[in-house]
Amino acid sequence: MSKIRVENLTKIFGKHPKKILQNVEKGMTREEIFKMTGQTVGISKVNFSVNEGETFVIMGLSGSGKSTLIRCLNLLNKPTAGKIFVDDENIIDYDKKELREFRRNKIAMVFQHFGLFSHKTVIENVEFGLEVKGLSKEERYDISKETLQAVGLKGWENFRISELSGGMKQRVGLARALANDPEIILMDEPFSALDPLIRRDMHSELLDLQSKMKKTIVFITHDVNEAFKLGDRVAVLKDGEIVQIDTPEEIIENPANDYIKNFVRDIDRSRILKAENVMKKAAIKFGKALQPKIAITLLEEADVDYGFIIQRETSKLEGIITIDDLALAVKQKKTIEELMHSDYKAVHKDVYIKEIIEIALDTKYPIAVLNDNEEFIGRIHRGTLLKALI
Amino acid sequence: MFEFPQIFEFKIGKVVESFVEWLTINYAGFFDSIKTGILFVLLKMQMIFEWIPWFVIIGIVFLVGWKVKGLKSGIAYTIMLFLIGVMGYWDQMIMTISIVLAAVIISLVLGIPLGIISAYKKRVDIILRPMLDAMQTMPSFVYLIPAIMLFGLGMVPAVFATTIYSLPPVIRLTTLAINSVSKEMKEASQSFGATPLQTLIKVEIPQALPTIMTGVNQTTMMAMAMVVVASMIGSKGLGYSVLIAINRTDIAMGFESGLSIVFLAIIIDRLTQSIGTKYKYD
Ligand SMILES: Nc1ncnc2c1ncn2[C@@H]1O[C@H](COP(=O)(O)OP(=O)(O)OP(=O)(O)O)[C@@H](O)[C@H]1O
Ligand SMILES: [Mg+2]
Repeated sequence: MSKIRVENLTKIFGKHPKKILQNVEKGMTREEIFKMTGQTVGISKVNFSVNEGETFVIMGLSGSGKSTLIRCLNLLNKPTAGKIFVDDENIIDYDKKELREFRRNKIAMVFQHFGLFSHKTVIENVEFGLEVKGLSKEERYDISKETLQAVGLKGWENFRISELSGGMKQRVGLARALANDPEIILMDEPFSALDPLIRRDMHSELLDLQSKMKKTIVFITHDVNEAFKLGDRVAVLKDGEIVQIDTPEEIIENPANDYIKNFVRDIDRSRILKAENVMKKAAIKFGKALQPKIAITLLEEADVDYGFIIQRETSKLEGIITIDDLALAVKQKKTIEELMHSDYKAVHKDVYIKEIIEIALDTKYPIAVLNDNEEFIGRIHRGTLLKALI
Repeated sequence: MFEFPQIFEFKIGKVVESFVEWLTINYAGFFDSIKTGILFVLLKMQMIFEWIPWFVIIGIVFLVGWKVKGLKSGIAYTIMLFLIGVMGYWDQMIMTISIVLAAVIISLVLGIPLGIISAYKKRVDIILRPMLDAMQTMPSFVYLIPAIMLFGLGMVPAVFATTIYSLPPVIRLTTLAINSVSKEMKEASQSFGATPLQTLIKVEIPQALPTIMTGVNQTTMMAMAMVVVASMIGSKGLGYSVLIAINRTDIAMGFESGLSIVFLAIIIDRLTQSIGTKYKYD
């Protein structure tokens, strides 16, 4: 079910945004409108939906409208046109009081430069959302303490914000958002201000937390690797418009246009693509009782060097045999079972290529790919791996 | 010689006088309530200071000075206060402090909310700004005139003039402080569903406090300067002693009372200033 649904969302910055709207409808580009009127189209006619429990990443270069978009989702920016449905209610129609309730209970935000209150201690910062809601001091304290522990800041409760490192500050920012137990968390480039190493820690921490909490997360970044690492789905934004929305694997394999192709060029594919994404499904499969001679014809017809021996009833892989082995079998009158190799390597379909490369170095046979039931579903050769990486 | 022709002469003062008379008669209630308000605060201050024994006052100044500035400063302030007493100006000093404090309290009660309003409403700011500019460029003596006109001679007009004179810095710095609270912090507060009032009280005012404290310090020092001037229209205290000394060309008295004022000014300045810097967060 979709938690957030955004329809035709447009945000224009300027004195008379409604007037400019017609131009957007007519399909004028952001640049043309800026030249003509001096007003900026932050985002134009954006459509997407975010599923419950999904991490949805919005990626784009600086100035592409990422912040504008995410700030519309909790109405820090008032959209010029369009609809935003959260749980099938259009939040743009909310009055002041409904908006406050929405912000207090359903949605929380983590800011790029943390947005922490420097006059408050760590725990007072985390308590803020609960304080605003009117919870008692004890309740606030207990919840906040627990939340701080969850983000790895146990023992730092009474420190001042200025005493923390960047990474710790953003943990406080995260804890402040989590303490409210919102259904949706908005994160606007939360880790951009951090060192690469700290950023990596924060990534694993977030993935870890998310696997337990299953919140709906909208995450902004300009870093492709970050986007693909964290996102279940990624939307690419360019000049205020969405160019492509897909899973990371799908974006890498089928980029919508040259812009996206360029974008994903520098990315470390071996950490994104999985066995399933690169394997060849077509394979010559036969049972171990087959006549070697017939097997040879099958392989020759398909112009391949290897055959996979499958157990008929279970679809499980039993071994691999080369065309040379088969020729030997014919000559020495042996069966396939006697000559097949069972020292082949197999991987699960969700294993990343990065790990498969290491496996590929220790075997001379193709690598078999198995599904959850350990059934054979495809094969990976060294050549396939290389191709997938360029 | 060209003399200014008598024919153009027009006693504008008479008009103003009758206007003020009209004002004080028709708005007697209004001015009376200002008068009662000022007197109330002033008398409370005097009562408090007369009730505290002298050694307790010195003790408190020592402790506060020690806490906020260090042991040496604490001792220095103690010696200064003690010297004022030794020179025989203790009672006058208490009087001066009461007037200054009364004026400062009234200034803050008016000035901080005004400063906040003007940070929020551009229109108020546009009206207030030139008025504050004018107030700050006018010589302090000028404030004595409306004070006398409205309240006559005595303590009340002295406190009134002092209050008006010391009001601008706290308004200005409060506005500045509220306006410079980081946008991301305000948005963070809003994003959690805080009402504008909650954002003001829980985020903006605490964030603005260090700068507002600078305003408090400046306001206090302005009041301190003005209270001496205001002795011309009837505030008792150290300023009055200076005034008498000038009239009598009494060098000894002038020196002693002048020195007492300097000591008092130093103590008040340093204490309010360092209380302000204690509030800095980063
Ligand atoms: N309050 C505003 N008033 C006017 N123009 C704005 C405002 N906020 C954003 N813009 C403009 O809208 C466009 C999109 O800005 P936005 O901040 O959304 O980009 P971004 O993708 O978040 O970039 P960055 O990576 O630098 O944060 C920019 O051209 C920016 O100048
Ligand atoms: Mg941004």
